[in-house]
Amino acid sequence: MVSGESEAGWAIYLDILRKPRYLNTLVLTVLVSLATTVAALAISTTAGMFLSRNRFKGRGILLSIMTLPLAFPGVVIGFLIILLGGRQGLVNQITPGHVVFAYSVVGLFLGYLYFSIPRVLLTVMAAAEKLDPELEEAARTLGASPYRVVVNVILPGLMPSLVAAGAIAFATAMGAFGTAFTLATNIDVIPMVIYTEFTLSANIAMAAALSIVLGIVTWALLLIARSLSGTTVAAGG
Amino acid sequence: MFKTKTKILQLTVTLTACTFLLVPMILSVMAGVTANYFQGISSGLTLKWVFRVWELYADSIFLSMWLAITCLIATLIIGLPAAYGLARHPGWLSRLLEEFISLPLAVPGLALALALLQLYGSMKGFRASWTFILVGHVLYTLPFMVRSILAVLASMDLKTLEEGAASLGASPWQRFRDIVVPNAMPGILAGALTVVTLSIGEFNLTWMLHTPYLKTLPVGLADSYASMRLEVASAYTLVFFVLIVPLLMAMQWASARAQRISQ
Repeated sequence: MVSGESEAGWAIYLDILRKPRYLNTLVLTVLVSLATTVAALAISTTAGMFLSRNRFKGRGILLSIMTLPLAFPGVVIGFLIILLGGRQGLVNQITPGHVVFAYSVVGLFLGYLYFSIPRVLLTVMAAAEKLDPELEEAARTLGASPYRVVVNVILPGLMPSLVAAGAIAFATAMGAFGTAFTLATNIDVIPMVIYTEFTLSANIAMAAALSIVLGIVTWALLLIARSLSGTTVAAGG
Repeated sequence: MFKTKTKILQLTVTLTACTFLLVPMILSVMAGVTANYFQGISSGLTLKWVFRVWELYADSIFLSMWLAITCLIATLIIGLPAAYGLARHPGWLSRLLEEFISLPLAVPGLALALALLQLYGSMKGFRASWTFILVGHVLYTLPFMVRSILAVLASMDLKTLEEGAASLGASPWQRFRDIVVPNAMPGILAGALTVVTLSIGEFNLTWMLHTPYLKTLPVGLADSYASMRLEVASAYTLVFFVLIVPLLMAMQWASARAQRISQ
């Protein structure tokens, strides 16, 4: 409610769309979050289907590795990305030339991806367990190519869970503060702008307005996710 | 074993993702025990950075543990009766209440923290005490406790069990203690481990609520990432891993067990 009490009143919500600084931030946050969602869905669906349909030595270890980051806060993930792509990072050491991507949009994207892969994976695997493998076999015996099986049998069966997992990944990326805090020193994404508006500019009304917009968006997305899959995953980060 | 093209492709994607997730963790662990990360592993292995972390940040580790324990107690005291009440009186009102309790799950921690600061920020004594951070942690973890217990309670015929006990002369308190709590135990255990794991790892809320004298482990981590040399930051992360990874595994085991029981 504080957002409506400033001089600008409720018009402060219009400011988010009118002022280029906020609008650009909004657009960038949505774009990075979308990219994260698409990449996480592609990777985790492939890996999730593979891990739930095959039993082999080392499967348990792969699964543990892929769910371990569930307990990492966003700041730690940001640091891990710095170890990969920072100035003293692995990539900069093993490649010739100066390759530092941790503090760019690429780094932020990788950080969000790191965060999302385990969450999407668990949702997809829970759904894959319930999918009847006999349907796939039936399609195969009827002469469907592996591609057709994926497109016409597996994906439709997984669809509600994929939408749910996508909504979770998107909402988490939109609200991810910890990762942005360590990586986005020069990038404006919504959580960082809320933070700087609040602490540095003391523009509390704008910080509150942005938080409310962000909160409503993530809440609505997770409501969709929950009604489709019934899972609960924290929107931390 | 994996003969078809599709399987090889799937395996490649899985292994690539695992590499992407695992390599930075290994780098972090290595950097924490290497004498000089810039020179590489040839500079020798050492535990001096871990000891340095202990000197600098032991307080933050103890504060996080203390917060996790108090947060667990608070969520148990609030969450167990809440879940029991919701399970005993199903209906639209309970659904609405459950949705209300679950709101902090969906709203980013940053927004929650701002709301708490707006509401209580002017109460100086409260604002500067560790209980302020505790309130944030309880708000954030309570839904996990309630839902975890509720899922187990909802799967059994609580009403019949309680009626049976009541007809044998058990008081409401005896029924709660001897029937509800033992039956809800798998849910309580899973919820408790989730609460502790989340509380120890919580950053978004805590960063906004903390004061310079009250740093939790993740807040200390952010601090070390910004101001310490890479080896110290890595050693600190290593300490965090040692604490959180067993907790995560216990949590996953308990949650899977609770889920099996509630099905």
